[in-house]
Amino acid sequence: MKVLAAMSGGVDSAVAAARAVEAGHEVVGVHLALSRNSGTLRTGSRGCCTIEDSMDAQRAANILGIPYYVWDFSEKFKTDVVDDFIAEYQAGRTPNPCMRCNERIKFAALLEKALALGFDAVCTGHYASLLTDEFGNLELHRSNEMAKDQSYVLGVLTAEQLKHSMFPLGATASKNDIRREANERGLSVANKPDSYDICFIPEGDTQDWLSEKVGKAPGQIVDREGNVLGDHQGTHEFTVGQRKGLSIGRPAADGKPRYVLEISPKTNTVIVGPQAALAINEMFGTRYTWCGSAPAETDNWSEILVQVRAHGDAIEAEFKVDSGQMRIRVKQPLLGVAPGQTAVLYLGTRVLGQTTIDRTVSAVPVSAGSEV
Amino acid sequence: MAIYLDHAATTPLRPQVIEGYLAQLQVLGNPSSVHSQGQKARQVVEDARDQVAKAVDCHRSEVLFTSGGTEGDNLAIKGLYLDAVKRDPQRKVVLTAGTEHHAGIDPVEWLEQSEGAQVVWLPVDEHGVVDLVTLSEYLDEHGRSVALISLMWVNNETGLITPIAEITRLAAKHGVPVHSDAVAAFGHVPVSFNQSGLATMAISGHKFGAPVGTGALIVARDAKLAITSHGGGQERGIRSGTLSAPLALALGASAALAVAELEQVSGRLEVLAQKLKNSIVGIAPDAIFTRGEHDGFAGIVHFTFPGCSGDSLLFLLDSAGVSVSTGSACRAGVAQASHVLIAMGRTEDEARGSLRISLGYTTTEEDVDAFIAAFPDAYAGAKKAGLPSK
Repeated sequence: MKVLAAMSGGVDSAVAAARAVEAGHEVVGVHLALSRNSGTLRTGSRGCCTIEDSMDAQRAANILGIPYYVWDFSEKFKTDVVDDFIAEYQAGRTPNPCMRCNERIKFAALLEKALALGFDAVCTGHYASLLTDEFGNLELHRSNEMAKDQSYVLGVLTAEQLKHSMFPLGATASKNDIRREANERGLSVANKPDSYDICFIPEGDTQDWLSEKVGKAPGQIVDREGNVLGDHQGTHEFTVGQRKGLSIGRPAADGKPRYVLEISPKTNTVIVGPQAALAINEMFGTRYTWCGSAPAETDNWSEILVQVRAHGDAIEAEFKVDSGQMRIRVKQPLLGVAPGQTAVLYLGTRVLGQTTIDRTVSAVPVSAGSEV
Repeated sequence: MAIYLDHAATTPLRPQVIEGYLAQLQVLGNPSSVHSQGQKARQVVEDARDQVAKAVDCHRSEVLFTSGGTEGDNLAIKGLYLDAVKRDPQRKVVLTAGTEHHAGIDPVEWLEQSEGAQVVWLPVDEHGVVDLVTLSEYLDEHGRSVALISLMWVNNETGLITPIAEITRLAAKHGVPVHSDAVAAFGHVPVSFNQSGLATMAISGHKFGAPVGTGALIVARDAKLAITSHGGGQERGIRSGTLSAPLALALGASAALAVAELEQVSGRLEVLAQKLKNSIVGIAPDAIFTRGEHDGFAGIVHFTFPGCSGDSLLFLLDSAGVSVSTGSACRAGVAQASHVLIAMGRTEDEARGSLRISLGYTTTEEDVDAFIAAFPDAYAGAKKAGLPSK
C-alpha cells in the first residue's frame, strides 16, 4: 500500500512510520504545519507546532529512508480547531480540540488530500487497534496498553475513515517499549517528552489564552436558586466541575466548597453549587457518529460503556437514539460532565461511536437545594 | 536521476571550477598573514576580487567577500541605515517593498523594531511591479527623511526585473543611497554596478555555479556604511572574518564563466521557458503567469494554479522525479503562503497555488520535456486534492 505517515516529530508517530515501512508499505512522511506562524522553542511555543518538531520529524524520516514533506493545514486548523475551540468556550461548552483535529484535519483534510494524491492510507502514532469482525468489517478497539490508550480521541472516525487508517502502535506493548524501539532504530526522538496540553496554547494556560482571545465580559456568579454570590470576568474562564478561581465572598451555608455546575452564556452567568449537584445521570447529543458498522438496534435501550474524557474511566450505561438525538443514561451518577465534551460509547474494548454532549440532566433536582 | 528544475534555489557547481577549488582547499595560508604562505593565499583572493569586479563591472576595491546573499543584505541595509541616521537623525525612513526576499525584509523589520526606523512599503501591482510614481512623489515630499531604499534587482520567486537605474536616478536627487539584492539577477541578466547608480549590491555564489557559502557585497567607494559586524577588520572593516581563498577563487571563476556565457545561455533559456509556458497553459488554461508581460529573467517560470495547492503539485512532480519549488520561503520545510504573492494583492489561496520552475545553465530540452511529460498527471492530482482551506 501507499501509506502517508503523519509525523508530528514525536516518538510515537516516528515508530508508527517505521513499522509501516517494515511491513513493506511504500511510506511517505508528512508533517502537518498547523500553526500560522511557526514559533520555535526559543519563542515559547511548544507541543507539536514548533520548527524544532518539524525538524525532528524530518530527521526521523531521513533515518527511515522515506521521503518527507511538510503540508500546510494552518488555515483549516485555525478555522476548524482553534476558532471552534474559542467559539465552544464562548458558548459555555468544554470542547476537546484533539478530537476536532482528528475529525476535521488528520482524518478529513489530510486523508482526503492523501487519497487524491494517490495514497491508500494515513498512518498515525495513536495507541489504538484496528481489528476485523467475522464479516470483514473494520472495528476500532482500545490499545493493549490501557494506560496509553487513545481510542477515545479516535471515536469520531467513521467506517469510511477507518478503511484508510493505520495505527501500527495499537497492538503493542508499552510506551517504554516504543521508546526502546525508537532507540534501537536510531531515532533521536526516542527520549522526547510526551506532549500533554493543547498544542496551540503556548504556555499551557488555557484560561489566560482564552481571555486574551475573547476579552473580558463581566457577569454574575449565582447559585441554583438564583442568589447572586459574586462576579466573574467572562464565562469562558470557567468549565463545569471547576472549583478554583471562583471569587465568591461568602462561604456556603454548609461550609463546603462550591463548584461550577453550569455556564449560561445567554445570561452571562456562572451557576455554582455543592459538589454533589455536579452529578448527572443522563446526556443528550444530536451530533453523533458510528465508528465502523452502526449498531443494528438503536431504538431501544442497549447496554454499553461510556467514557466522557480522554483519560477517564468507561462506566456502565445504556443508550438509544430518540428522534435524531442520542440519549445516554449512566448507571451511577457521573460528576462534572460539561456540554461540548464528547461521550464515546464502547462495547467491551470496541469503540461503537460517539456524540458531542449538548446537554445533561442533573441527578440532583434543584428542589433538593444545598441539603445534598 | 531526478530532473532538476530548481536552479533559483541553487544551481550546479561549475565543473571548470571544481578542480581549482579542491586544489586550493589543500593549500595552507591565511590571506591576512604576513609571511609568504599568507601572501600566496592573499594573491588568490585578490585575483578572484579582480574577476568578480570585472564580472559585476565595478572597481576591485568595491568587492567585499561575504558568506552569501543574506549576509550581504544584512550588512548593507543595517549599515546604510545606521550611518544615515547617525549623520542626520531626521533620516529614519526605509523605502522597500513587500515582494523582497526575507533577507531584505527581515533586516528592515529589525531596524523598525529595534532602531526606531520608519518603514514605508512601496505599493506593487498585481505583477509585482513597484509603483515608481509613488516612489518619486514620496521622495519629492519626504526625501530628506529617507535613510535608504532597498529593492531587489530580480525577484527570486517571480523572476520580475525591477528597473534599478530608474530608482537610483530618483534617489540621487535626494541624496538617498539605494541597496539592491541582486542574488537572482547576477549571472542571469546583464548587471553593471557602475551603471546602476547603487550604493550597495549583494550577490551569492551558489546561484551561478560557485559553492554555497560564498558571495560578495559590492559597496561603492563613496557609500557610507556603519559597521554592524565587528572583528579583525577584513574587507574594509565591513565584513570581518578570515577570508577563504578557495571560496573566493570559486566565486571569481564562476562569476567570470557566468557572465561570459550569459548571452548564449539566456537565449537558450528563453526558448525553453517559452516551450514550458506554452505546454503549462495548454494543460492548465486558467494558470496565471505571475509576472505577466513584464521584463524578467527567462529562467524563472512562475505560475499560480487556481484551486490547486503548490505543495500537492510539488509532491506529485517530486514523486515523478522532477524537482521544482513552490517558490515561497520555507522555514524548516514549512512552506509559507508566499509573502511575495500576498504583497502583490493575491489571496492566501491564490498564493498557495504557486509553482516555480527555474532553469539554469545546465538545463537541457530533455529536462523541460520531462517536466512537460510529468505535469498533466501532477496537475490533475493536485486539482483533485484541492486547497487545504476548503
